[in-house]
Amino acid sequence: MRYDLVRDREFLLPAGRGFIALSFVAAVLLEWLPWQGWALALRPDFVGLMLLYWCTHKPHRVGIGIAWMLGIFVDVADASLFGQHALAYSVLAFGGLTLNRRVQMFNLREQSLHVLGLLMLSYTVYAIVHWQVRGYVAWEYFLGVATSALMWSPLTLLLQALRRPRRDPNEL
Amino acid sequence: MTLEDTRTLRFFNRGPSGGARLVFFALLSLLLLFVDARYQYLESTRRVIAVIIYPFQKLTALPGEMISGVSSYFSLQNNLIAENAQLHLQHDADSAQLQKEQTLLAENAQLRALLELKQRATYTMQAAQIVYLERDLFKRKLFVDKGAQANVQPGQAVVDNIGVVGQVTRVYPWLSEVTLVTDKDNAVPIQVVRNGLRAVVFGSGNISELELRYQPVSADIEVGDELVTSGMDGTYPPSLPVAKVIKVERDPAYPFSHIICVPLAGVDRHRTLLIVSSVPPLTERPMAEDDNKDSQHASKNAKRSKP
Repeated sequence: MRYDLVRDREFLLPAGRGFIALSFVAAVLLEWLPWQGWALALRPDFVGLMLLYWCTHKPHRVGIGIAWMLGIFVDVADASLFGQHALAYSVLAFGGLTLNRRVQMFNLREQSLHVLGLLMLSYTVYAIVHWQVRGYVAWEYFLGVATSALMWSPLTLLLQALRRPRRDPNEL
Repeated sequence: MTLEDTRTLRFFNRGPSGGARLVFFALLSLLLLFVDARYQYLESTRRVIAVIIYPFQKLTALPGEMISGVSSYFSLQNNLIAENAQLHLQHDADSAQLQKEQTLLAENAQLRALLELKQRATYTMQAAQIVYLERDLFKRKLFVDKGAQANVQPGQAVVDNIGVVGQVTRVYPWLSEVTLVTDKDNAVPIQVVRNGLRAVVFGSGNISELELRYQPVSADIEVGDELVTSGMDGTYPPSLPVAKVIKVERDPAYPFSHIICVPLAGVDRHRTLLIVSSVPPLTERPMAEDDNKDSQHASKNAKRSKP
C-alpha cells in the first residue's frame, strides 16, 4: 500500500513548460540522427514515446494539438506527406490521454505493454496512409514498435529522475 | 487515488473533449494529406518550416561529422602515403584514358558535323555533400547540402563517380531532397549499351534492385547488359551508366519478361555527389501527343536521311 502511494507521487512531480519543450527537442534530435539500414528499421520512435510520456503523465499540459504540431515538423524533416505523422501522433496522443488514468495503475513493465498497443495503433495509421498514397507497405517498419516499447521503462526512469527536485545541499 | 495537485482545479472550462479534438485534428491532417498528395499548394509552407528546423538538422549531422573528422585526424601517415601513391596511379591511368577519350570526342564531333547531326550537349556539375540518408523505410530519398542558394533546381539529375544516383525532387534554401533511382516507381529512360535498345527502368523500393518493365518476352536483353541513360527525357544527360541486368525471367504465360537490374552508383559508399546542372532543354514536343517517342525517332531518321 505504501509503495502504491509512493508510486502515485511520481505522477505528481512538477514539470515546467521549458522542461517539456526541451524534452521534445531532445527526442526530435535523437530521431534525426543519421540512422541507416537495420538501425533505421529498429530505431525507436523517440518523438512518439516522449509524446506518450507527457500525455500520460501531464495530460493537461500536452495534448492532441501539440502532438499534431510535432507531427507537422517531423513530416517536413522526413519529407513525408504533410499530415502523415501529424495524423499518427494525434491518434497516439488521444490514446495516451484516454488511457492515462489506467496506465498510472500499473508498474513499468505493464505500462510497456500498453505503450506497445498504442504505438502499434499509431504505426498502423502511418502505414495505412502510406499504403493508400503509394500502394505498398514495408513490413520491417513495424519492428520499431517493439524497440520503442522496450525503451519505455528507461525513458520513464530517466525523465522522472530529471523531474525530481534536487535536494538543497545546505538543508539539515 | 490522490487528486493531482500541481494545477488549479478546473471543473468545466476544459475546452472540447478529447474525442472532438481528435476528430478535428484528424480531419485537418487528412485535408493536408489530400492537398499535398494531389496538388502542390503547400510547398511554400514546407519551405518555411524547413528553414526553421534547418539548424536542428545541422546539429544532428554533427556527431557523424565529428567521428569522421576525428578518425581522419588520427589516420596513420603510412596509410596516407599508400593512399596517395594509389591515387597517383589512378590519376595516371585516368589521364591516359582521358587523352584517349578526348581524341574520340574530337573524332565524334567531326563525324557528327559530317552527318549534320546536332552536337552532343555539354553540361556542368556541382559537388554536394550528403547531409543525411533517408530516415524513413518507405522512401528512398536523401538530402544534400546544396539548395536554392546554390541554384539547384527540382528535376536536376544527381550522379556519383560511377553512375546515376537519382533526381532532385524538392529544393529548400540550403538543402535539397534527392529521390534515388531505387525509389518505388521512379522511372529513368535508358538504353542498352550492347544493342541500343531503348526502355525505361523503374525503382522497386528495394535499395539494390531496379526493374525493367514492359519488355516483351522476345526483347533482346541478356544478363550482364549495361544500361545507360538515353537522354530522351531532357532530365538525365545521355550515356550515364544506370544499372546492370542481373536476372532475366522469360515466362511465355506472361506478355512481358521479368527483368531485374542492380543500380551501379553506390549511394551508401560516398559522401559527395554531383548535381548535373544546365542540361539544355529539348526542343518543343511536336503537336501530335500520341506515341511521341516514335515520332522523335522518326524525325531523327528523317534528319539523318536528309543529306
